[in-house]
Amino acid sequence: MDVTIIGAWVATGLTLFIFSFLYKDNPLFKLAENLYVGVSVGYTIVKTYDTVIVYLIWKPIVENQEWTLLIPVAIGLLMLTRYVPKAAWLSRYAFAFIVGVGAGLAIPRTVSSFILKQIEDTVRPLLVLVPGDGVTFSWNLMNPASSVNVIIVLIGVSSVLFYFFFSVEHSGPGKAVARMGVLFLMIAFGAAFGYTVMARMSLLIGRLTDLIEYSDPAYGRPTLWLALVTIGTLIALSRRSRSEPPDSH
Amino acid sequence: MIFLRRQMPLLITMITGLIFAAQYYVPHPASEQLLTSATKWLQIIGGFALVLGVTSLFHVHAAKIRRKEAGWGYSVVLYAGMLGTMAVGWWANGKESVEGVSTAFGWVYNFMMVPLQGTMFAILAFFIASAAYRSFRARSREAAVLLIAAVIVMMGRVPLGEYLVPISGDISQWILNVLNASVRRAILIGVSLGAVALSFKIIFGVERSYLGGGKE
Repeated sequence: MDVTIIGAWVATGLTLFIFSFLYKDNPLFKLAENLYVGVSVGYTIVKTYDTVIVYLIWKPIVENQEWTLLIPVAIGLLMLTRYVPKAAWLSRYAFAFIVGVGAGLAIPRTVSSFILKQIEDTVRPLLVLVPGDGVTFSWNLMNPASSVNVIIVLIGVSSVLFYFFFSVEHSGPGKAVARMGVLFLMIAFGAAFGYTVMARMSLLIGRLTDLIEYSDPAYGRPTLWLALVTIGTLIALSRRSRSEPPDSH
Repeated sequence: MIFLRRQMPLLITMITGLIFAAQYYVPHPASEQLLTSATKWLQIIGGFALVLGVTSLFHVHAAKIRRKEAGWGYSVVLYAGMLGTMAVGWWANGKESVEGVSTAFGWVYNFMMVPLQGTMFAILAFFIASAAYRSFRARSREAAVLLIAAVIVMMGRVPLGEYLVPISGDISQWILNVLNASVRRAILIGVSLGAVALSFKIIFGVERSYLGGGKE
């Protein structure tokens, strides 16, 4: 049998098993869920082995004699001392190195890219000099760089930052600014929610498209047969759980 | 011994932290080389961190199987999936396809990982919708604003929405590019200030919880 056809049956079965959770938690879903964890971990191990052990350690050392790479290997091995209680403290050296490098790298880059750059993009000129037209104020809402949008962004950033600034009591004019910040936050949360829902819908459409494709006779109609098997199993499980006496614990 | 167990890790953090913070301000090839090497070193050390995580997973499920705890059969499935994927992965030298032809590892990726991952995230659409139905009532002005923004963005991202309300696409884009961007920017500035402060605390040994507890 063609491996693609076997693949179509496996993919359809696993998809339907996970969709069965929409009815309720059941053994078919748990089977697919645990298989998902197992396959994902196995995949990550293989990829990490290929990238780290083969391409970052073995080949550079054997082919290019980059012996300095033995230092990170030694630091990495120190992590595994956590399994030896008497030597577990040695793993602190590995964590200290990682955290130290991470903190050191983060400071200048965060200040430059995420603080100064963001402030620079927020505080922009309101008026633009257009050759021929002179100084203009752009009202085009659809252009994120227009003057009116620059003002809106400035108000949004300032009010949201003020809302999270608790060293000053939010009263009087400050209360109005904080409330403006809340409104901006609510719009952003709503937008993020809508965007996430649509992204999930896109995934759902992708899975349903596959199910429709695999209902084709060329694949042996796995969608149809496995949907019947899944529904039949759910009915059987439901009847069995009803006939069993309730757990006394 | 106390020095080696307590002070030495803090010293390593401080020295490496200061070196790599200073590296950014040194425009020299040696400085660039240091950054490249450090990035590679972190990747290598990260690979060993994966060993810690995987062995922990192995222990948890091995104990479940050994004690025949409820649902131990699922742990067997997890083991089978993990070991099976590792076996075909190494057999295929970690490659999903060779000269355009899918390997056994590629088959596992295309017909097991992709459907499982896609469906797992897709069913969240139903749960998000059900959560929204329960909690998205316009009880206050703020909740109403959130609801309206969500509806506009959702309508603006599907052809039907644009067909029913032609301007919804433009409004959706404006919300995402201007209003949403301004809030994200403010949050990013706040989070970054916190991250910089935390990094300084780590480098100077004020924050040391990452070293864990246990015996000194």
